[in-house]
Amino acid sequence: MKKAPVVVGLLILFISLLSACGGGSSETNSGNTDSDGDTIDLTWYYPVNVGGEVTKVIDDYAESFNKEGVEVNGKKVTVEPVYSGNYDESMTKVQTAVKNGKAPDMAVLLSVDLFQIKDSIISLDEMIANDSEAQEMMDDFFPGFMLNSEAEGKTWSVPFQRSTVLLYYNKDMFKEAGLDPEQAPTTWDEVVDYGEKLTKDGQWGIELPATISGYWIYQALALQNGDGNLMSDDGKEVYFDTKEAKDALQYWIDLSTKHQIMPEGVLDWTTVPTDFIEGKTAMMLSTTGNLTNVKNNANFEFGVAFLPGNERLATPTGGGNFYIFKDISEERQLAAMEFIKWIAQPERAAEWSIDTGYIATRQSSYETPELKEYTNSFPQALTAMEQLEHAYKEISVYEQGKIIKLLQDAIQAAINGDDENATLDKAQEEAEVLLKPYQ
Amino acid sequence: MRKGKRMQENTMAWLFLLPSLIFLILFTLYPIIKTVYLSFFQSDLSTDRPIYVGLTNFKMMLEDEVFRKAFINNFWFAVGTIPTSVMLGMLLAILVNRKIKGTSLARTAFFYPVVIPMVSAAFIWLFFYTPEYGMINKLLHLLGIGDLNLLGNSSTVLIAIIVMVIWKEAGFFMIFYLAALQNIPKELLEASHIDGASKWMQFWKIVFPLLMPTTLFSVVIATTNAFKTIDQLVVMTQGGPNNASNLLLYYIYESTFRFMDYGKAATATVVVLVIMIVIAAIQFFGTDRKIHYS
Repeated sequence: MKKAPVVVGLLILFISLLSACGGGSSETNSGNTDSDGDTIDLTWYYPVNVGGEVTKVIDDYAESFNKEGVEVNGKKVTVEPVYSGNYDESMTKVQTAVKNGKAPDMAVLLSVDLFQIKDSIISLDEMIANDSEAQEMMDDFFPGFMLNSEAEGKTWSVPFQRSTVLLYYNKDMFKEAGLDPEQAPTTWDEVVDYGEKLTKDGQWGIELPATISGYWIYQALALQNGDGNLMSDDGKEVYFDTKEAKDALQYWIDLSTKHQIMPEGVLDWTTVPTDFIEGKTAMMLSTTGNLTNVKNNANFEFGVAFLPGNERLATPTGGGNFYIFKDISEERQLAAMEFIKWIAQPERAAEWSIDTGYIATRQSSYETPELKEYTNSFPQALTAMEQLEHAYKEISVYEQGKIIKLLQDAIQAAINGDDENATLDKAQEEAEVLLKPYQ
Repeated sequence: MRKGKRMQENTMAWLFLLPSLIFLILFTLYPIIKTVYLSFFQSDLSTDRPIYVGLTNFKMMLEDEVFRKAFINNFWFAVGTIPTSVMLGMLLAILVNRKIKGTSLARTAFFYPVVIPMVSAAFIWLFFYTPEYGMINKLLHLLGIGDLNLLGNSSTVLIAIIVMVIWKEAGFFMIFYLAALQNIPKELLEASHIDGASKWMQFWKIVFPLLMPTTLFSVVIATTNAFKTIDQLVVMTQGGPNNASNLLLYYIYESTFRFMDYGKAATATVVVLVIMIVIAAIQFFGTDRKIHYS
């Protein structure tokens, strides 16, 4: 009989443990149910992919939006931003949420992930057609940033944090090598020419990274080398085995093996910018997302320029867009659009660009006094915007994850000495097998 | 009466076990069963809902070049890390188990890699291995060897990762060996000394056998680590170049979170599970009986 209190105690402990588990999970998802009160509380998943205090900036945005009191159907709209990791992690979280019937109202995900989540999101055309403000906003985005939003004649996402590839170069090294520091190379041949002058003991001419987003850098070369792209617009075909694509990879490899202006082997995406900042390479290709990093850390004068072209000037775009989800009420979808319109206002897009280093998505942002002042003091930020004229669609296909890996493996294998014709042929073959179910 | 008491004792035992049992079922048994179940289904981006495909996933896995590469890499990774880090741990422990000046400093120095998170360590080593200004390359320069892009080369990347993991793990095993060494009765060593045993003989006949329980423990831990730690790959190579440093768990991670191919991930998980069960069985039934627990 003496043991009875212990047993009871254990039972209580056990029950409270169970209820704690249950309570936790139901609480986290309550935000997505339709509110029958007088407010619409939206959940917004967003990733952070660059350094700096982006989370704080986002929280401040949400706070001022919530204060402003935007209304839909007479109900006040509020937004709760949920930090969801980097792009990959955000995608995983969204997919898991959707699978469990708990989709967020909106999310910022890679613009190229469209085909991975098309079944879970809505196309925005109807909403835009009924809303002149939304129409005006869509027309004001840089056309280059809209390329990855469109598929099957519909618009699926709204540009938010966007980037391109840029050529960074060290002006001090240019001067030292007797080159004009205001004139970066504009063609592939000039890159080799400049590179040979810039390469010396302990200093390379140029570096191209081949891990993480290395395929993106390669896509820039492939785009420059012809008038096609690496994939079809509907995301159901890839063209890795064309002569343009193969020659572009050959050019990349030649930079190390033939011209010896780039280190041999696969160069890491994260160490290349450090190499540049440390003065180990005179030029590099990297994302506009590194502008702020280089600006804050380089103790020499640096310039940025359009990517050198071959057949044409070209860069793929990159970055993340807003998506609105399907499994929520129409009222919530409208409310989500209100928030997107609010955050994409020219002034706010300008502010976002200054805070983060991303290119402001709207053309009229560059007319705002804030951004004008910023680009005057930091003209490098303007180059990124001007290059948008030569922007093309970033590779975006069904089975994005697997196909990007095939392409990246082919690039890395070729850099490590395999024949680039064979590796790209193999990637093409395997990608075709993966894409078959979608045709 | 007696029966009733027994019943009560049993109930008590179960009640005490219940909390951990629930977590075991919830987070270990249920996922294992679900994984085995899922490995018979095609469940990826091209399917709305899982389709039963029998053993197709396993057949495809055998034909998958990347999986084979990850499998072979993982074998060499295990061979490269397990014996070396355990032996190094033992060696370091013997080294710092002496009463000379500076041992506590040496102990701290050997142990500190264990304390830093793997992700931070991987970032540090990413820059150690960087050509030109990385520490490793600066050392190589002193030896007159030119710049090596160790992580960017298929033939050196796995070795580079193995060295880093040994550095990270050896200190951990050192601590256990150190505790074990200090538990060896002094009389044994003194007695053998009087009998005229050399240092070498003392080690082989007394110290080493008494360290065996620790060795078994360390080998088990090192083995599981060889299959379960991939943080360094995420940071340093993403399995590249061209899968030259891809390991099984990274393969599973990519299949799940980047490709959303849950069927393939489940199949690979089942394969790893079977490997682990076989290794564990060999370790416990094969060596456990030969070990002397004092």
